[in-house]
Amino acid sequence: MSAKLELYGERFDSRLLVGTALYPSPAIMRESVRESGAEIITLSLRRQNPEQQQGKMLWDYIRESGCRLLPNTAGCKTPREAIALAEMSREIFRTNWLKLEVVGDDYNLQPDPYGLVEAARELVERGFKVLPYCTDDLLVCRKLLDVGCEVLMPWGAPIGTGLGLLNRYNLRTLRERLPDTPLIIDAGIGAPSQAAEAMEMGYDAVLLNTAIARAQEPVQMARAFRLAIESGRSAHAAGLMLQRQTASPSTPTLDMPFWQQSDPATQ
Amino acid sequence: MEIQVNGESRRAERNDLPGLLRELGYSGETFAVAVNGDFVPRAQYPDTRIAEGDHLDVVAPVVGG
Repeated sequence: MSAKLELYGERFDSRLLVGTALYPSPAIMRESVRESGAEIITLSLRRQNPEQQQGKMLWDYIRESGCRLLPNTAGCKTPREAIALAEMSREIFRTNWLKLEVVGDDYNLQPDPYGLVEAARELVERGFKVLPYCTDDLLVCRKLLDVGCEVLMPWGAPIGTGLGLLNRYNLRTLRERLPDTPLIIDAGIGAPSQAAEAMEMGYDAVLLNTAIARAQEPVQMARAFRLAIESGRSAHAAGLMLQRQTASPSTPTLDMPFWQQSDPATQ
Repeated sequence: MEIQVNGESRRAERNDLPGLLRELGYSGETFAVAVNGDFVPRAQYPDTRIAEGDHLDVVAPVVGG
């Protein structure tokens, strides 16, 4: 098992990808990203008036951070919107990497599988390295691979909910059936234990934002997630024991004192 | 002419995209443009004409998850 995360031919030491939104301040965002150890950060594009300077300030920080950029198409509801925003991202951020989001439902921000596959096909043809934010459906994931995605990012739970891995059966199925595809749990993670569980399951990495940004102490939480993900990865590499339904003593039973063959209490 | 800039109507004089962007106050390279929902690469700005009623989107980097 490779010690490094490999995505589209590039290798990374960190298996935690983080978003840049919702932090109490830009300074806390920067410190949290640093403490998380993340080498890949997500960001986006929005309408901007000429007098606003946030875009340039953010861009300056991002260049300093040395992180690989993963622009998203958050909020796009159709392939057409997502493709236009992807092209705008490629021009501004000078990367063909893309976290592709095509949202099908306003209430749970569920990815639209049909729009997602259609947009992914077109973007791969246009030379993008597409990392689709998708549901945990095996057949949708296969379609995304068929159209040229080399990495998949199934949800753990809806964005911003912190509910963790809602459908373990589906997530395990994806891992077992797509053993050679880098799989990243994207969204829904609320606690380091949930991220560790994803890694124990054999997921290659975890992408999250809200769980760190909305913690009472984001910098400390960033560290907690870094440790949990390292721990979960290490556990997966070590191989978990098989679960069983009946107890099995860990202390040797041989030469137990007080034991008598004829004692009814011990039989 | 009357156009939509980032979802708001406004009047503009210039109909060439570089001139219009200057008129609107955009400078530098940290923005990207779509006209009527289609991306316009920077290299095509000089050849792009804007007409009455067109929708212009000008976007810049923001934080995101």
